[in-house]
Amino acid sequence: MTALGVVGAVVQPLLVVAGSPLLVGMTRQVRARLEGRVGAGVGQPWRDLRKLLGKERIAPRGTSEVFRFAPLVLFATVAVVAAAAPLVAVESGVEPLDDLFTVVALLTAGAVALALAGLDTGTAFGGMGASRELTILALVEPTLLVAVFALSVGVGSTDLGSIVAAALHDPVRVITPASLLAAVALVIVVVAETGRLPVDNPATHLELTMVHEAMVLEYAGPDLALVELASAMRLSVLLALLANLFVPWGIATTLTPLAMVLGVAAIVAKVALIGVALAAVEVFLAKLRLFRVPELLAGSFVLALLAVASSYLLA
Amino acid sequence: MADTAFTQLLNLACGALLLCAVLVLWRRELAVAIRVFAGQGAALAALGGVLAAHEGSVELWVVAAGVLVLRAGLLPILLRRALAASGDQRRESRPLVNVSASLLAAAALTLLAYAAARPLTRLAPSPATQAIPVALAVVLIGFFVLVTRRRALSQVVGFLLMDNGITAVGFLTATDIGLIVEVGVSLDVLLAVLVLQVLTTRMRESFGDTDIDDLRELRE
Repeated sequence: MTALGVVGAVVQPLLVVAGSPLLVGMTRQVRARLEGRVGAGVGQPWRDLRKLLGKERIAPRGTSEVFRFAPLVLFATVAVVAAAAPLVAVESGVEPLDDLFTVVALLTAGAVALALAGLDTGTAFGGMGASRELTILALVEPTLLVAVFALSVGVGSTDLGSIVAAALHDPVRVITPASLLAAVALVIVVVAETGRLPVDNPATHLELTMVHEAMVLEYAGPDLALVELASAMRLSVLLALLANLFVPWGIATTLTPLAMVLGVAAIVAKVALIGVALAAVEVFLAKLRLFRVPELLAGSFVLALLAVASSYLLA
Repeated sequence: MADTAFTQLLNLACGALLLCAVLVLWRRELAVAIRVFAGQGAALAALGGVLAAHEGSVELWVVAAGVLVLRAGLLPILLRRALAASGDQRRESRPLVNVSASLLAAAALTLLAYAAARPLTRLAPSPATQAIPVALAVVLIGFFVLVTRRRALSQVVGFLLMDNGITAVGFLTATDIGLIVEVGVSLDVLLAVLVLQVLTTRMRESFGDTDIDDLRELRE
């Protein structure tokens, strides 16, 4: 554990909590502008969260502790990932936790907790959303693991910080076929994992097409605020990881105020750029039929597998 | 050319080759398949160009230029013309194996190609021979497209994919297989595509469809 890692582990979660609602607000704003609407403004998700946090806690009759604890588990897992992953500083303050497998396991634990809560409500929509979410999750996790594994083969470590540091020292690594294939696979997987178009429509409340929204339909007040915040944090953490794995420049490698400020500015700029691109592309996409989603994810799995194969073959 | 740059470019060209093969399997629209096939032709020509620059061989440059003209220019144009003639059947609507399964099959075929090519690679380890599994995988995926698709035109694309793979294997193993051999093979492929195009048109005229399954019955 190094001083840089400890500072990173303090700065990163704060940055992610403060910034992720703004990221969601920005994607909505970009989408609104491209569709010719005025939009609610970048700060709207924060205003929504403040309003929800001021309400009283209500849980539907018949729900158990699973329903009450799921938002906390979801928020906690994402917060740990935000502290451990190399977002602002290349070294991690919570050393064994920035491993590839731990990060994926933590994110999955949060998603499973939410799916269980969806089942716990006993409503038709909750069960349907949980079933869909787990179907997608089962297809997404292997691809996520295999795609990052392709990057770790060249480095010889599954530690995310080491992978980022290796790309920082050896920029040619980024344009190998393994890295490019893994990049395409990861983009598809991150889009599916965060429930964006074309896999899930984050703005819909139409019963037949909801996935994520169907699971959280029964939440209200502070619980809903926590779920929404955690989902936004998940999106920003995954986008930031995606950015740092392939374009690591700007990340802080030394503990100086200038390096830290530069690290924060770099990650904010990178995530904002990807967020705007994501929102702009989403305007031109329609949601995929649910039965076509496995096809898309099988494709991204094959790309990830080819990335691993080519990192062995062509190394 | 510096050795590391040569290896990088070679690997990139091989990666593009394999990616195009998988994309042909992934997309259902025939127009997209043809466009991807043209991209693969360009990647194959780039592979030849990289090897030519490394070996300093003029003959190989000529072969690479020939590959570019034929596989990224002439053949896609012929295919597109056949597609325009085939009317409104622009999609591979129901392949024998569904798309997810065939993508997983492509992954398995790649691993098979890797296992099969290991003795070859061990004979003379070099960046070029290490990429042989990729070329073999393209051959196998091309063959897979050929046997699992129903539309005559996507079978032609599968056949051409296979031939691209064979040419890539030739480039990577022997580097210089000779201008005469290469020209002979290319003319053969061109002829095959011309014949298949005529055949597709005739099929559509007699059956109103290019589904190969309609050809199962024998007639006097």
